Amino acid sequence: MTTEILLIGLASVFASAGPLVFAAIGEAITERAGITNLSMNGLILLSAMGGFAAALATKNVAMGFLAGAAIGGTVSAIVAFSSITLKQSQVAVGFVLALLCRDLSYFLGTPIMGLPGPRLGQATIPLLRDIPVLGPLLFKQDIMTYLSFVLIIVAWLFVNKTRPGLVLRGIGEKPAAAYARGANVSRLRYIYTVLGGVLAGLAGPMYSLSIKAGWKGTITGLDGIGWIALAITIFGGWSPIKVALGAYLFALLQWLGIVLQPVMPGVPSQVLQVAPFPLMILTLLFVNMGNAEWVEASLAKLPEKQRRAVAKALRAINVKPPAALGTPFEKD
Amino acid sequence: MRKSRAIKTLFQLGAVILAIGVTSAVLAVVGAQPFGAYGSILKGAFGTWGVASDVVVAWVPLLLATSGILVTFTVGLWNIGIEGQITLGAIFATWALRTFQGSSLDPGLVLTMAFAAGIVGGVIWAMLVGALKTFGGVNEIFGGLGLNYVATAINIWLIFGPWKRPGVASMSGTVPFDKSLWLPTISEQSRLAPIAVGIAIVGIAIIFALIQGTYFGLRLKAVGKNPKTAFLLGIPTWQYAMTSFAICGVFAGLAGAVQVTAIYHRLIPSISSGYGFLGLMVGMLVNYSAAAAAPVALFFAALNVGSIQLPIVYKLDSSLSGVLQGTLVLFIILAEGLRGRIMGKKGKAAS
Repeated sequence: MTTEILLIGLASVFASAGPLVFAAIGEAITERAGITNLSMNGLILLSAMGGFAAALATKNVAMGFLAGAAIGGTVSAIVAFSSITLKQSQVAVGFVLALLCRDLSYFLGTPIMGLPGPRLGQATIPLLRDIPVLGPLLFKQDIMTYLSFVLIIVAWLFVNKTRPGLVLRGIGEKPAAAYARGANVSRLRYIYTVLGGVLAGLAGPMYSLSIKAGWKGTITGLDGIGWIALAITIFGGWSPIKVALGAYLFALLQWLGIVLQPVMPGVPSQVLQVAPFPLMILTLLFVNMGNAEWVEASLAKLPEKQRRAVAKALRAINVKPPAALGTPFEKD
Repeated sequence: MRKSRAIKTLFQLGAVILAIGVTSAVLAVVGAQPFGAYGSILKGAFGTWGVASDVVVAWVPLLLATSGILVTFTVGLWNIGIEGQITLGAIFATWALRTFQGSSLDPGLVLTMAFAAGIVGGVIWAMLVGALKTFGGVNEIFGGLGLNYVATAINIWLIFGPWKRPGVASMSGTVPFDKSLWLPTISEQSRLAPIAVGIAIVGIAIIFALIQGTYFGLRLKAVGKNPKTAFLLGIPTWQYAMTSFAICGVFAGLAGAVQVTAIYHRLIPSISSGYGFLGLMVGMLVNYSAAAAAPVALFFAALNVGSIQLPIVYKLDSSLSGVLQGTLVLFIILAEGLRGRIMGKKGKAAS
């Protein structure tokens, strides 16, 4: 394999991870505010179908992305309304929406199935594209992929370096304290749930208008993406940069699955495509290990020196969910 | 008390009407006649004895999945991994059938072993989710989702690899079993197996009795309502969680065994047929109570079977049944929340 082909392949990894970056960072922001939006899988499918339909009708790719964002925001608003205002289980309503929106996208998408439609064009960046290695890797992409790079940085800066970001973390960790300091917890949770949904809603059209252009119903191959995005959110410990790394790792593994296919003819391609999942579970296991009680208990038995070393190692890989994730907030 | 029950029914009725309204609107969007489509579903589900028996055929694995889900719901767990547990049940049952097919053993014994193997497969996969949660701190939703994909991968690898059809491996699954190893049906053409129906009915009865009538069920509920208090009261919380996973695994494994022995007579790529997720939906709709599970599961099965003909008759996608089921559960949840909000406020004002 020549370097050039390898670079094109790796560039495609950055492109195909783009929607996952949007969806998983959107989910991370929502979860940081204390809400789990489990509807991701249906939300992405519906926004992919709706985005393609809108772009097809208006012959305008931008309208497609707008429609996708609107669908994502609306679905997430239902999650917010049900869990924040009506105090119903976030998991229950999210799960129902995940299935409902999936079936809705298949049902409503029948008339536009297989139709040729507009596509998002490549927009290479002058000068930057000529940088050796990095140029073909990062700067010969479409505009949404560039935006996914920008999103990682902006989201990280917002969460970690701004005052509203501090409040965001506050309402997810200690909502009562944030409330006492004047934060309108319910309203902010609404805002961040819808914002996360809008970001995830952009992921759908990124598939249907670019990566897997068109709408092909059940064989589109998008079913499952939303669940992956949810797993990546945890994998990345709710931090935008680590979440993005998770998305790239996942896309890389899937690409390797395709590339390695000729090398391992005995393994069906369907198996290679799901290969990242066991790896994901193992990672989840490792990053969560420190949260389990028996680990702490058995650590306490170790001699001081070893205990410190092991605890330090565990802390380094450990991630902890936002403390108030999934729990409703009551003012009194 | 009676008044509050009447109000609850009123809210639920409103939710059902809204769900039908929204689904009708969805039908109108694609230019279809809502009542024509509903009529077609009704005809497709109960129009002939043949399709009506198909409804019962679909009801069995769905009811089995729902029975299992009710146990994990009672203890407050979201067993999304049930899809994988059904798949593993089907794989283990297939293994047993393949191993003893052509041996001198009595077919009845081989089928019994297939069901036992299915149970083992379902329990292993369910306990894995439970162990990941209890000892690894991995939330059961994500552990379960991941294991669902792993189960799918194992299934496809078997169908395309070690268990592939002689000649060409395909998505149509493994070689069908010998007819002597098909679960006996009421007639030659039908897939309705009385034994499978019996297992499902006995299963839900056991779950009902377990949750409503035993000390174990009461403690399960206590853990589900408030794990911390339950633990302080001396209930071994994680053991109860693991046990409920295992019970759910038994039922998921049975569902998988029914899929291969009574319905498909071989292993196919999507062997769980989505009954696990649908079981979760039924569990939510009946608000975690076992008494309503059987009729609601029958209704959902009827929607699924009835919509199969939609693409042929009306050029509509059969996912319409999912749309109707989804809006129904969604609006029931929203109505329950709305009722709580309105009544709760009144209650506060009174006190």
